[in-house]
Amino acid sequence: MNKQNDIGPKLLAAGYVADDALATALQLTLTLQRPLLLEGEAGVGKTETAKALAAALDTRLIRLQCYEGLDATATIYEWNYQKQLLAIRAREHDNISAEAIEKQIFSEDFLLRRPLLEAISQDRSPVLLIDEIDRADEEFEAYLLEILSDFQVTIPELGTIAATSRPYVILTSNGTRELSDALRRRCLYSYVEFPDHARELAILKARMPDLEEKLADSIIGFVQQLRKEDLEKKPGIAETLDWAAALSGLGLNALGDDIDKVTQTMICLLKTESDLKSVPRELVSRLAGKAA
Amino acid sequence: MAGGATVTGGVTVTARATLTDRIVGFIDHLRANGFTVGTEESGRIAAFLAERPLPPLSKIRQELKILLTGNKEEWLRFDELFEAYWLATGRVRTHLQRTTSPHVKNPLRHAPVWQDHLADTHAGTEAPQIESDGAGERAGEATGRLIAARHSVDRKTDLKHIVDPEEMRAAEALALRLAQAMRYRLSRRHRAARRGRRIDLRRTIRRALPRGGEPIELFRRTTPDRPVHIIIFLDVSGSMKHYSRFFLQFVKGLVCSWMQSDAFVFHTRLIRVTDAVRDRNSARAMTRLALMAEGFGGGTKLGESLAKFNRSYARRLTNSRTVAIILSDGYDTGSPEELATELARLKRHIRRLVWLNPLLGWRDYAPVTAAMQAAQPHIDHFAAANSLESLAALEPQLAQL
Repeated sequence: MNKQNDIGPKLLAAGYVADDALATALQLTLTLQRPLLLEGEAGVGKTETAKALAAALDTRLIRLQCYEGLDATATIYEWNYQKQLLAIRAREHDNISAEAIEKQIFSEDFLLRRPLLEAISQDRSPVLLIDEIDRADEEFEAYLLEILSDFQVTIPELGTIAATSRPYVILTSNGTRELSDALRRRCLYSYVEFPDHARELAILKARMPDLEEKLADSIIGFVQQLRKEDLEKKPGIAETLDWAAALSGLGLNALGDDIDKVTQTMICLLKTESDLKSVPRELVSRLAGKAA
Repeated sequence: MAGGATVTGGVTVTARATLTDRIVGFIDHLRANGFTVGTEESGRIAAFLAERPLPPLSKIRQELKILLTGNKEEWLRFDELFEAYWLATGRVRTHLQRTTSPHVKNPLRHAPVWQDHLADTHAGTEAPQIESDGAGERAGEATGRLIAARHSVDRKTDLKHIVDPEEMRAAEALALRLAQAMRYRLSRRHRAARRGRRIDLRRTIRRALPRGGEPIELFRRTTPDRPVHIIIFLDVSGSMKHYSRFFLQFVKGLVCSWMQSDAFVFHTRLIRVTDAVRDRNSARAMTRLALMAEGFGGGTKLGESLAKFNRSYARRLTNSRTVAIILSDGYDTGSPEELATELARLKRHIRRLVWLNPLLGWRDYAPVTAAMQAAQPHIDHFAAANSLESLAALEPQLAQL
C-alpha cells in the first residue's frame, strides 16, 4: 500500500498535471488492480496519462498500439522462424532425432515476446498501455478480456505461462467504435475532457516555463474559446503547446499585436481545411480580443 | 475512558453499516436509471469501502463514479443521479430506459404516429395474392435467391398496392426473410476463400521438421473477410407511408441478422432505432419505434438529419467497411445545398452510399426533385425499392467491397 498512497504529488513531480477525477481514477487502478478505460476526444491527453503514471511509479511503460487486423502473433508471442530454420539446418548433420530438434526450437530461446506477454513477465509491475483499443477488431477484444482476467498465456508448445508481474493496465479509446459491454464492465472508467483554463495553463507552464505569464494566459483563453466553435476536430493539448511554441518563436508578446501573423499560425491548431476556412481573420481577431 | 472509546467505535461501525446500506440503495437507484451494474460490482464496492477509513463524501462520489460508470453517457449522467440520491436535489429518473432516445421527453405521452405505417386496415381486392409456404422459407435460407424465385408473382408487386392485412403480414415476413437470407449468402462467401495471401510459417516449419528443415509443403493463411458494416437510414415521413412498414421489416431483418449494423429513422429529426429494432418482441419493438418517431408527419429534413448523424454518430459508428443505405423518396423540405454538403461529409466516413428510392420503380418517374438532384453526384448505387424484388437486388451491393 505504501507506494500506492497518493499518486497525485508523484504525477506532479513527473511533470503531469492531473485533475482530481483522473488522479482518483489512477489511484483506484493501483489499489484495486483493475484496468482503467480512458475515453475522450483525441488530444485530451489520454496516452500522456499512462506515460505519466509509468514515470510516477518509476516503472516500465509497455505500449501496444492497436490497429485493425491486430492479432495474437503481433500482441502476445510469435516464434522466431528465421532462427528456427537456422537451428534446424545447423543440426542437420548431428544425427539428432526430429523430436529433439523440435523440443529445442520450440523453447523460450526461440520465442519472440510481444507486448502482452512482455507485460506479464516482468520483475516489477509495468504500466501496460493499450492505445486506441477501439481500432482493433472485436476478436482481439475477446482475446484481451481473457488475458486481463487470468493474467496468463497459453502457448501450445510450451504450456501455460503464468504472470510474474501484474501490469497496471490503461486502455484508451477515441470512441470510433462501440466497445463491448464485457470489456467495459471489467474496467474502471473515466471520461477525459479537455482541461479547464487553470489546468491547461498549468500544463503550459510546466512545459514552457519561459513563456510570459500574460501571453500564456491569453493563449489558453484563446484555445478554450476556439474549442467552443463548431469544428471538425478540436485542438488538443499538444496543439496548444505547438501553437505556444510557434507564437513565442515569432516573438509575439500579445495575441492582439499582429492578428495576421496569429491567423497564419492557426495551422498549428486546426488540422483540416474546412476548420481553417471556418476560422477566418475576423474570428481570430474576436477571440484574441476576448482572450486578452 | 475505555467506555468512551467503545461508544465511539460503536458509532463508526453503525455509520459504516448505514453507509453500506445507502450505497447498495444507490446502486439500485442507478440500475433503475438504466445503468448496467452487476451484483459483482456492488459487492466489490461495499468491500472496498469497508476496508479503510471513510473518505469525505466528495471523494466517495468521485470513486463511485469511476467504479460504476461504463460509458460516456453514464459518466455524464452520474453527477445528477448522485445528487438526486444523496443530496435529494436534482431530478429523479429522467430516463427510464438506457436505450431510449433522448428525444423521448415523456414516454407516457404516446403519439400513435406509427399507426399509419402499421395497421392499414382497408382491405383491398385488386391486390395479387401471396402464397405463404413454409418450405419456401427453408429453401430460401439455404440459397438466398430462392425466396425471390419461389414468390415470383408477389415480389414484383409494388408494395403500395398491397393493402390486405394478411398479404401485408406475408410481405413483411418475406422482407424479413429476404434480409436474413442475404446475410446467409454473404457469410458463406468467406468460407469459400481457399488460397491464403500469406504463408503460415508456423505450420510450414512444423511440417518441415521431419524433412530436415526443407519446407516442401507450404501452408497458407488468410485473414477472413469481414462482413460489411451496414447503416440504414429509413425515411418515415408522410410521403413514405405506404412503404415504410415493409422497409421497417426489411431493416429489422438486416439489423437483426447483421452483427455490425445500425438503423436510424428520420423525418424532421434523426433517431437511432438500432436497439428498438433488435427487440425480439415485434409488437414491443413497434411500440418503441412509435415512441421514437414523435413529431412525425412534419415533412422531411434529410440534410439536417444527416448533419446530426455526421456530428454525433459518424465517428463512432462508421469504419472503412461501412455501407450506408438511405431509403427515401427524396421529397425533402430542407435545403438541397445542405443535403449535398452533408452527403459529401458522410461519404468521407463510409465506403459506399446506396440510395433506394421506391418511386424509381414507377413508370415515368425521373428523380428531378431538388433534393435528388443535389444528392445524385454522391450516390454510388441508386436503385428502385418499390417491390421485394428490388430489395433482393440490393444483395450484390452489399457483397462486394
